Amino acid sequence: MIAAAGGLAAAPPPAADVAAIDLLGVSKHYPGSAGKSVHALGPIDLRIPSGSFVAVVGPSGCGKSTLLRLVAGLEKPDAGTMSRYGTPLDAPSHEVGIVFQEHVLFPWNTVLENVLLPADVLALPKAAARERALRLLEMTGLGAFADHRPQMLSGGMRQRAALCRALLADPRLLLLDEPFGALDALTREELSLELSSLWQDLGRTAFLITHDIEEAILLSDRVLVMSPRPGRIRADFVIDLPRPRNADTPRLPRFQELKQEIRDIIFDRRA
Amino acid sequence: MPAVYLALFVAWELSVRFFTIPAWILPAPTEIARTALQWAPELALNSLVTLRETLVGFVLAIALSLPLAVLIALNATARRLLYPILLGLQSVPKVAVAPLIILWLGLSEWPKIVIVILVCFFPILVNLIAGLEAAPRTMLDLMRSLGASQHMIFRRLRVPVALPHFFTGCKVAVTFAVIGSVIGEFVAAQEGLGYLILISTSQSQTPLAFAAIALLTLLSIALFHGIEWIERRVVDWTP
Repeated sequence: MIAAAGGLAAAPPPAADVAAIDLLGVSKHYPGSAGKSVHALGPIDLRIPSGSFVAVVGPSGCGKSTLLRLVAGLEKPDAGTMSRYGTPLDAPSHEVGIVFQEHVLFPWNTVLENVLLPADVLALPKAAARERALRLLEMTGLGAFADHRPQMLSGGMRQRAALCRALLADPRLLLLDEPFGALDALTREELSLELSSLWQDLGRTAFLITHDIEEAILLSDRVLVMSPRPGRIRADFVIDLPRPRNADTPRLPRFQELKQEIRDIIFDRRA
Repeated sequence: MPAVYLALFVAWELSVRFFTIPAWILPAPTEIARTALQWAPELALNSLVTLRETLVGFVLAIALSLPLAVLIALNATARRLLYPILLGLQSVPKVAVAPLIILWLGLSEWPKIVIVILVCFFPILVNLIAGLEAAPRTMLDLMRSLGASQHMIFRRLRVPVALPHFFTGCKVAVTFAVIGSVIGEFVAAQEGLGYLILISTSQSQTPLAFAAIALLTLLSIALFHGIEWIERRVVDWTP
């Protein structure tokens, strides 16, 4: 569904050894009931190299959403250091685009107005932003729906619109918080493949949080497996499957092998 | 459904005739209609007076509530200082202070308008505050992740989210507003539907009082639907 990246310039080649995200000894507690604090996460070391696609899989409640909120700058860690492209990470940045689990589109705005939200917030030049928004909508097959309200769209289309919004300001890093979690299995697979080709065309860095092992393998260069709370990184898999990936990729023996290995770690069945 | 209303009126008419209830206690619907036609110019004139007091007071109550709601919703200190005062003001029975307000402001339309403001600003304010605080966390996270300023969050997120709540407050308030006008007119007035009711009952002109009450009811319903009509055009994204 997504055509070649007509006119969308690829990111400039990143500086060789500056990671997009670098976390060292990061941990996070939440205030729990009866004054006790809940140890949600960490300590975690995490490095997302520029230009790579890294996924984190783990059981629900393992703190993987917390990890994404930390990386997004929406929350601060209790301990450890975090940096983004070599500078301290202490607030959200316009260099980062986020796709949330829910589409979070404003029902009072049209699809186009929703996609243009970052341009409004960042005061980007209007005409250029509008042109880019329309091109992104065209690429994701939503060209005809620019002036519709999001509630007129299907779940998959809404999530595509959310992806367009995340990409509007040309972010260097794309954060995906179970972006297809609320969709049915067929739409999820279709969108995963679209995202894979879009990511390859744009040459961006991406960080995906998911509980879907196949989705993680299909999209990523590396898959990190998290343990139950307090979430720690238990294993790190390099996904050496050929690109571009497509609907046939999950049939490769290597894919099935990786899937089994990751499952074994999550369910603690490793001999 | 209209058949039910019709049946009620017929039952009313028949009971009055059957039990020969005197018109000064309970007039029959036909008697009320006849009186209404006979007094049509006076009824129209006094309706306009009451409508004007109601609308001016209602609009001023909105104008008053808007800045207060924004202040209270966005500023914790303002909330701590203002909320108790406003709640106290709301808890004072308006009917009881109406004579004082007339005493202070004289016999013009203004005391009635002030009573209308007092009666209807609170529902607008409370709903508006609730609306300004109703933005979902996911949407706030989205705005924060974009580095949006408080002003931007207010304009693009809080205001649209607050609008349906605001209209709910307005619909409650506008029916109170009509009551507020009548309270004011009961205490001291030379015109208005409330004044007409007072005068006609004191002279045993009960059919005329009923006609005025019917007009007040219609006025209330019309204002309510008027706001609903505006709401449907402004808040056009809710199913």
